[in-house]
Amino acid sequence: MTKEVKPKINLAVYWGAACGGCCVSVLDVHESLFTVTEHANLVFWPIALDIKYKDVESMPDGFIDVTLFNGAVRNSENEHMAKLLRKKTKILVAYGSCAHMGGIPGLANFSNREGIFNRVYLESESTSNPEKVFPQQHHKVSEGVLELPEFHNDVKTLNQVVNVDYYLPGCPPQTERLVEVFLAIVSKTDLPPAGSVVGALDKSQCDECKRKKSDNKLVKVFKRPWQIKDDGVTCFIEQGVICMGPATRGGCGVRCVEGNAPCRGCYGPPSDVTDPGLKMMSAIATMIDSNDSAEIEKTIETIDDPAGTFYRYSLPGSILRRKVL
Amino acid sequence: MNENPKIIAFLCNWCSYTGADLAGTSRMKYASYVRVIRVMCSGRVDPTFVIKSFQEGADGVLICGCHPGDCHYHEGNYKCLRRFHLLQKYIKQMGIQPERLRLEWISASEGREFSELVNEFSESIKALEPSQIKESIETFS
Amino acid sequence: MKQYTIDPITRLEGHGKVEIFCTDDGDVENVYFQVPELRGFEKFLEGRPVEEASQIVTKICGVCPGCHHMAAGKATDAVFGVKPTPTAVKLRELFYMAHFVHSHIAHFYALAAPDFVVGPTAPAAERNVLGVIAKVGVETGTEVLKQRRIAQEIQALLGGHQTHVVMNTPGGVRKGLTEEQRKDIELKAKGFVEFARFSLKVFNDVVLANKTYVDIILNGPYSLNLYSMGLVDENNKVNFYDGKVRVTDQDGKEHCKYSPHDYRNWLEERVEPYSYLKYPFLKQIGWKGFVEGKDSGVYHATPLSRLNAADGMATPLAQEQYEFMYKTLGGKPVHATLAMHWARLVELLYSAERALELAQDKEITGTDIQAELPNVPREGVGIVEAQRGTLTHHYLTDEKGIITKANIIVGTTNNNAAISMSLKKAAQGLIKKGVTVDDGILNMVEMAFRAYDPCFSCATHSLPGNMPLEVIFRNSKGDITRQVKRR
Ligand code: SF4
Ligand code: SF4
Ligand code: SF4
Ligand code: FES
Repeated sequence: MTKEVKPKINLAVYWGAACGGCCVSVLDVHESLFTVTEHANLVFWPIALDIKYKDVESMPDGFIDVTLFNGAVRNSENEHMAKLLRKKTKILVAYGSCAHMGGIPGLANFSNREGIFNRVYLESESTSNPEKVFPQQHHKVSEGVLELPEFHNDVKTLNQVVNVDYYLPGCPPQTERLVEVFLAIVSKTDLPPAGSVVGALDKSQCDECKRKKSDNKLVKVFKRPWQIKDDGVTCFIEQGVICMGPATRGGCGVRCVEGNAPCRGCYGPPSDVTDPGLKMMSAIATMIDSNDSAEIEKTIETIDDPAGTFYRYSLPGSILRRKVL
Repeated sequence: MNENPKIIAFLCNWCSYTGADLAGTSRMKYASYVRVIRVMCSGRVDPTFVIKSFQEGADGVLICGCHPGDCHYHEGNYKCLRRFHLLQKYIKQMGIQPERLRLEWISASEGREFSELVNEFSESIKALEPSQIKESIETFS
Repeated sequence: MKQYTIDPITRLEGHGKVEIFCTDDGDVENVYFQVPELRGFEKFLEGRPVEEASQIVTKICGVCPGCHHMAAGKATDAVFGVKPTPTAVKLRELFYMAHFVHSHIAHFYALAAPDFVVGPTAPAAERNVLGVIAKVGVETGTEVLKQRRIAQEIQALLGGHQTHVVMNTPGGVRKGLTEEQRKDIELKAKGFVEFARFSLKVFNDVVLANKTYVDIILNGPYSLNLYSMGLVDENNKVNFYDGKVRVTDQDGKEHCKYSPHDYRNWLEERVEPYSYLKYPFLKQIGWKGFVEGKDSGVYHATPLSRLNAADGMATPLAQEQYEFMYKTLGGKPVHATLAMHWARLVELLYSAERALELAQDKEITGTDIQAELPNVPREGVGIVEAQRGTLTHHYLTDEKGIITKANIIVGTTNNNAAISMSLKKAAQGLIKKGVTVDDGILNMVEMAFRAYDPCFSCATHSLPGNMPLEVIFRNSKGDITRQVKRR
């Protein structure tokens, strides 16, 4: 390798409505952190650096070369920061399932603000709130005013708020994938066209999965994982258990299936598919072992919570986006 | 009540579309809210087509294929049947009335049956409130 | 009126924020601790098959996913009315001990040690992990990283997914352990025990040998007279995975001891309009505001409270250290917030010893890892000790096991009121008329907060120059007159 001195790029990491797992996965680069800092100045990363929102505001537009944005857009603060970072950033990366498709917090789109507030602040089994107090955006106390961000009615993916250049899927993404993508970005080689998913395979999980599959995946009854004695080797679907493998992009090393749990789709749909749940429904339609309407209905009865399973990580990013209330 | 519903009908080329054609040429009257999309086989109706229709404002979606056993691609209509039941369960969970989606078998000679079906389906959709799907998705985003 | 804003202080289920209001003289009038984020897991668990919950809830927190996985797994067992097989229970606990080892090491070396090993008012540039390494030697630094990594490897091996664990299934676990793997873990657990003992020695040599530090721990503005909560086994010894929740009062007397399914008899939560995070308190005592003392239902759930609430540790070396700690600090219970760091190290030793016990248990390589599910699902509560406090998951389901209602009281949430009060007390003790609020003072305010290890702090402190803190001085018109920033 020839040694050439490249100017360092400016890197930022930010979270929206996230669990922190994505930030931890970035920290988990461990030794590779040095590879990263060799090529990049970390200019903004709230969990690790003392740089304030104000400092970001005063950066010139396009000052940040790459921002890894993790987390969904849940409230007004997430939304504001997404817009601000878009302005300041050349390459905006939706990092992780939450930013990519809404992720687990996106399951909130089965409900809305009112539904969530009522459950959490009124009805919860341990809450006592006879005066029906809810968190307020502006609350006057004797000493002054206390502010909170506005809790939106639904969860959005990052690209439903701003333009996104790349998507790095996973909950969280595999750290090795991040390092590869990062190096591709700094060396400005092998970059696919803007809007692409990076750091994952084109094919489905099933392609990588070591479990035994036969050609006749025919099912009469779908079962919950605890209703079978998993033999540890046969494809889950052939054992009657819903596994999102066929509608999920590979790249994680099929890690859940390796742990004897069916895939739940955090890597998002393969490259030729827009809506993972609809893809899954198509796949399942070929597996149901019946041509009789009533029997088919009975088989489908055994699929509990199809929407919450087929869109476990992708409800806000799906075609319907949310439950119609 | 919905005086002017939008209905999308996916018709299999070989039987249902011909049936619809027959209904047209024999001047049987059927409701004019229906926009027909011809597909090669009901088995080619991807769930995406159906859900996209709803997303873009359809009040009802009708799928017609050949009678069981008559599909020109052997299994196409059975595949469609299974998808249909799955979609029913899915849209119900998403807050969309399952009555808005319907699957029927129509053969090439069943012009009358087709026009009756369309009229009946149109009436049932008219009886519902206009679909809130498009608005709901937009207001929230 | 001056208003200081510390934003973001660090992450909970979101970005914590502290507002400090001062009089024009510069005395602290009031402090508000706000959590500006909510995701609403309690709501969107509804409709999900109950066995999926243990995987969904790991996404509450990517720093302690294992705790939510375990509490949810136990709640799910309870929903089905099933007792997991002995091997499954041991595997879960072994995983959980590794989770504790991993987290407690991180917290001590990256978060607590900078204040004590390097010094509370040392220049900020040195007050970090690197500064600690400079003081205690590079080998130690390497060892810290190594032990953390090993603990993480054990978690990944048993948990199936290195971050968002997929281990639990109702009545058991999904994957067993081979003899070869067991031997390997045994070796590693021996290493944990050594390392935990070493860490206590560091604490002894560096902190306890320094009179100033001991003085800060015992006499700084860091003491809160609250009830103590913690999970205990049948001998009233500290347990993280299973047992009953015991609460003791300010004198060490038992206030209550409840089984998970009775939590509602003893706990209640309150809503304040300025935070998205609720405030749990002891129901039988009642909410009397942000005040200390026996009449106030405010409690804490921390390493220190767990030790206070128990009669001792279940492993021999940890028990020795437990006794030594209370002897040194003047007897049980201890109410000095900063003693949490010491308690955490005692817990580290316990987790290590317990991990070793489990790794040496014949039964752990058993193949009977999943019990039959005899009952129709209904309702269940699962409780574990998370690193940051007692964690309660409660699910109700229909007869198919689809969740109809879910309630969660997260570790850090227990401490919401206590954290607010600690911050206020520290701020009032340190920020005063005539005192120049500099970097060192701000750090000392922050220390009150950090002791609780509110979620995300471990990640926060894994790079130098972190834990951002900013204090804004405002005059009575609200204009900014001065800004102090800690890097
Ligand atoms: S994608 Fe997964 S790991 Fe990342 S923030 Fe969201 S829930 Fe956490
Ligand atoms: S469906 Fe699941 S278990 Fe089956 S091959 Fe695909 S990923 Fe593997
Ligand atoms: S197996 Fe599926 S759910 Fe698990 S990490 Fe991979 S893509 Fe995500
Ligand atoms: S060709 Fe008509 S349904 Fe297949």
